[in-house]
Amino acid sequence: MGKKNMVQAINAALSEEMARDKGVVILGEDVGADGGVFRITEGLFDKFGSDRVMDTPLAELGIVGAAIGMAAYGLKPVAEIQFMGFIYAAFEQVFSHAARIRSRTRGRFTCPIVIRTPYGIGIKAPELHSESSEAFFCHMPGIKVVAPSSPYNAKGLLKSAIRDPDPVIFLEPSRLYRAIKTEVPDAEYTLPLGHAEVRQEGKDITVVAWGAMVETVAEAAVGFDCEIIDLLTLKPYDEETIMNSVKKTGRLVIVHEATRMGGLGAEISAFVAEECFGYLSAPIMRVAGPEAVVPMARLEDDYKPSIERIKKAFETVMEF
Amino acid sequence: MSRLNLTARVFACKLKFMPLKTIESFDVKFLRIIAENGVADSALLPPLNDADYKKIYEAMILARAFNRTALALQREGRIGTYASILGQEASQIGSALAFDDADWLIPSFRESGVFIAKGYPLWMLYRYWMGDERGMKCPENLNIFPMCVPVGSQITQGAGVGMAMKYKGDKKAVGVYFGDGGSSRGDFHEGMNFAGVFNAPVVFLCQNNQWAISVPRSRQSAGKTIAQRAAAYGFEGIQVDGNDVIAVYKATLDAVTKAKNGNGATLIECFTYRLDDHTTSDDASRYRAKEEVEEWKKKEPLIRLKSFMEKKGILTKDYEDGVANRCEAAVHKAVGEAEAFPKPVPSDMVRHTSKDLSPRQVNELKEHGWESKQS
Repeated sequence: MGKKNMVQAINAALSEEMARDKGVVILGEDVGADGGVFRITEGLFDKFGSDRVMDTPLAELGIVGAAIGMAAYGLKPVAEIQFMGFIYAAFEQVFSHAARIRSRTRGRFTCPIVIRTPYGIGIKAPELHSESSEAFFCHMPGIKVVAPSSPYNAKGLLKSAIRDPDPVIFLEPSRLYRAIKTEVPDAEYTLPLGHAEVRQEGKDITVVAWGAMVETVAEAAVGFDCEIIDLLTLKPYDEETIMNSVKKTGRLVIVHEATRMGGLGAEISAFVAEECFGYLSAPIMRVAGPEAVVPMARLEDDYKPSIERIKKAFETVMEF
Repeated sequence: MSRLNLTARVFACKLKFMPLKTIESFDVKFLRIIAENGVADSALLPPLNDADYKKIYEAMILARAFNRTALALQREGRIGTYASILGQEASQIGSALAFDDADWLIPSFRESGVFIAKGYPLWMLYRYWMGDERGMKCPENLNIFPMCVPVGSQITQGAGVGMAMKYKGDKKAVGVYFGDGGSSRGDFHEGMNFAGVFNAPVVFLCQNNQWAISVPRSRQSAGKTIAQRAAAYGFEGIQVDGNDVIAVYKATLDAVTKAKNGNGATLIECFTYRLDDHTTSDDASRYRAKEEVEEWKKKEPLIRLKSFMEKKGILTKDYEDGVANRCEAAVHKAVGEAEAFPKPVPSDMVRHTSKDLSPRQVNELKEHGWESKQS
């Protein structure tokens, strides 16, 4: 037991799973001797060797395509895509192959891969280093999407993702990598996929958020009686926890970085409208990014849902 | 002396001290073993006996019977859109037979012959073309990926399978198929590059059938061959006469053996021709000359193999008729089995998305009234 940041927690999860299962291999750009651009895989190259921690050519399509082949053959590849903005080159591999090889072969070939990638705004990086494109992946049947919010849950969720028999996109909020330290047990633990965490109980407003936005929501909630749901798994998301909470509070605010148009908030909002209409005492509100491409450093803070905007949404729903 | 001249003289001087050196070169071989008149170069023949030749011949006749019947079924509305393999039987069967059943094959959508050569149940292939995913549930004794529809997108997966074989220390090889069109995709570059860098046991089989729907081979690349591209990735490429089944078999067997011995990947360009339309939804007369097709018909692979076998004295009329009858019967039986196979239940499409269903999927099965049914 000891305090770890998210980088250390993810590293520990990878190391433990590789020690537990020889089928677990890592592939990606700079994941070897360099330990990855965020140092997530630091030390693993020395510990497990270049056969298991593979620096690949600089080719995201190739990384994901090769991982799919490896997985079908029986390995459990963990592919690192250096930044979420670079995964677009591999869309076809994710959508046309990873997501559907189980279905297309009625279970004869499967694809137990994990694609880890840092996502989100807040590290003052160049263009396409700050994307929040989780909704694309949530939309695709056959793909699971996970977004941890703390070192503790990052470790437990990544271990579950690696053991999952199907493809998982594991989104690591890059601005949290070294921002917070929590107690992270060295002893074996996993956190099940598909379960949200009620981070804070409350009776007036249900707030759903994930990744780095959970911290911002917690700050904004001061002065309101909010029940904060940290979604953790974005697909399949924990419908039951959301429904139970909304039935209690009657109000729902969803907060995400991604643009509002077709974002995951739209899905959750529609779901709650369908399932909990009679319980709602206020319109469902979304606080999300504007319909704009994710900006560079100078406008980062303006793009991200601010504490003020979130508070304003809370005030609005409380008027009902 | 003008300033320009002076510069030129200085440059010329430098060249004397720094002559251009050739630091890498490559050549591209073309393999043909049986000439168009059926005469074989005995020095090149692989170690095959009469029974082996007959096995190859029978697979080609079966593939052709399967194909002919598929086209007929499509016209009668009994199967959906179908991609004919006519003219490419040698490239498909010669290559597939060089792999063991324990090896892995990753086909494109125009690879019925590969499946047939490996003994894949014919009724399942028909079932697939009828629009039933269960047709691609490969039997456990074989390792053939489902036919890949997005052209070339399977190539990197072949590299990955090879990388996994190498990591596990399995003495196996993987064959990945694509066409001249597929070779234009970035996937081709990335897959070949990964296989080269990781020295993976991959055999890349380009079925260069000269046409990607209506776009000719010359529009896919300005390079003289597709085979030559292997040089850029640090392994061998060879062009074979794709209508010479023995040449295809030999080149593939050499590549498979090399892969299993830890010596990495090979690119084989099978130079062949798509004699039929792209699919049953296409009309090739819109974009290619009839004369060209007629020329290639004279070179189609069964004429060549039969001529070779006749010269060896192993193709009697009785044998030929017997094979034709057996193949027709097998195809007829397969069509019957495929058509008698019950329609999949709707829940199948939900149940197979993931190993475990999400709560929403469980609800959706209930909503649709599909929960109790399973095929």
